[in-house]
Amino acid sequence: MGASKAIEVSDLSVSYHGQKALEDISFSIEQQQLVGIIGPNGAGKSTLMKAVLGLIISCKGKITVLDRNINTVRKKVAYVPQRNDLDMDFPVLVEDVVLMGRFPHLTWYGRPKEKDREIARKCLDQVGMSEYRRRQIGELSGGQQQRVFLARALAQEADIFFLDEPFAGIDVTSERIIIDMLKSLRDQGKTLFVVHHDLSKVESYFDHLILLNKRLVAYGKPDEVASVDNIEEAYRGSAIILSGENGKVVASN
Amino acid sequence: MGNFVFFFESLFQYQYLQNAMIAGILIGIICGVVGCFIILRGMALMGDAISHAVLPGVVLSYMFGISFFIGAVVTGVITALAIGYVSQNSKIKHDSSIGIMFTGAFALGIVLITLNRGTGVHLWDILFGNVLAVSRAHLWMTVGIGVVVLALIFIFYKQLVLSTFDPTMAQAIGLPIKWINYTFMLVLSLVTVASLQSVGIILVVAMLITPGSTAYLLTDRLPVMMVLSAAFGSVSAIIGVYYSFIYDVATGASIVLVASILFALVFLFAPKNGVVIRSIRSKLAD
Repeated sequence: MGASKAIEVSDLSVSYHGQKALEDISFSIEQQQLVGIIGPNGAGKSTLMKAVLGLIISCKGKITVLDRNINTVRKKVAYVPQRNDLDMDFPVLVEDVVLMGRFPHLTWYGRPKEKDREIARKCLDQVGMSEYRRRQIGELSGGQQQRVFLARALAQEADIFFLDEPFAGIDVTSERIIIDMLKSLRDQGKTLFVVHHDLSKVESYFDHLILLNKRLVAYGKPDEVASVDNIEEAYRGSAIILSGENGKVVASN
Repeated sequence: MGNFVFFFESLFQYQYLQNAMIAGILIGIICGVVGCFIILRGMALMGDAISHAVLPGVVLSYMFGISFFIGAVVTGVITALAIGYVSQNSKIKHDSSIGIMFTGAFALGIVLITLNRGTGVHLWDILFGNVLAVSRAHLWMTVGIGVVVLALIFIFYKQLVLSTFDPTMAQAIGLPIKWINYTFMLVLSLVTVASLQSVGIILVVAMLITPGSTAYLLTDRLPVMMVLSAAFGSVSAIIGVYYSFIYDVATGASIVLVASILFALVFLFAPKNGVVIRSIRSKLAD
């Protein structure tokens, strides 16, 4: 651990069918940071996350996670999916979902043991979802589902967390619980890499921001990154920028 | 009642009827369990495609005198690979790619059969099954395939569940989801071969998705769904073989029809989600 970088990306480019999705992206993230990735729709936020996770084969450039090739540190990397990508009618209970976080720690033939169940229960408790553990996942509200997926990531006991739009379409209570959880994970030394959908609250949520629109528009402290010029450059007219008293209020669409 | 007694007497008396019954039950169980994953992976059309694509392999195996097991698996898997290759390397959508490949393979199979008329390859039997002609050898092969397939599902249960529910996380923790997918196609080809004589190529997909869907309407838990699905599959086989024997109608179709009726009953009257029950409950609430 110590001095090693959590994530280091240099000259990353990704293209799909000749269309550039990401171009010449370079940045590095220290450990113990809560980093937000923002940008307009189609800016390549999820693509960037998937590239760092090593899920995109056709990408150019160099990516290391904890100074290594991602394939050697997969156990230490937890992923929280975008809810809309999953089939919520899938016949699993909440506790089954959290238990999936223990799979990386099991042998290929191993079954979850009592110790794993214990960890899963604790994680579910941490996000305040214990009483729902016997419910089918689709019976919960969006925010509750998101908390369950966070519990699954916690159960994995990873060092780096990747979250794809964890705050999209969820209730205020869940958002509160999740952001508090993320901050406390950061304080425990974890690194969090969060794709975020809107520009409000970014300054109070994140330590660093990556502003993306196929290229890296800006990377740094939130108040520097979320300047009017940068936002204008990244969103090119798809955001309405209103200047308020203490800086800027941004409404994106 | 008379029919019943007659059927049971015949069951003890005739080996072919016993074989038919055992084969039907085995297929019901195997297809029922595999079918749950087909439904949840959204692969119903793919299941239909692979079962059809097995035809040319079966015919070629007959022609060359090798076990049709080998031919079926080869053409089933080649078709699955070709479907993936076309949809990944062109703008053709996945469902169109499936449609193109499996009809092509199926047509090739029919051409091969009609080229070889009179050589003992019975088109009707392959397409629609002839469960009353199930041999002991075929029965043992079905048992073998069943053991292998169910063991694979049991051993790799957690990988299967995760890659079905959340493929991105599965990939992120390093599961080889491509290989899981191809293994699943292989399993589909094996299941089709096992089902060949009982229900035939055309209706195999029904045994894969209908009992599983019926079970899906009744439970929120995958293990329960798998057990129920196997139960619906084998009950369909038992009742189907019975009616097929008594009224002398096609066995495969008879089994599938029972499965369809069970689905319709559950769809309408299931205690929690049945359409009729729900409307009655909302009427009572008003």
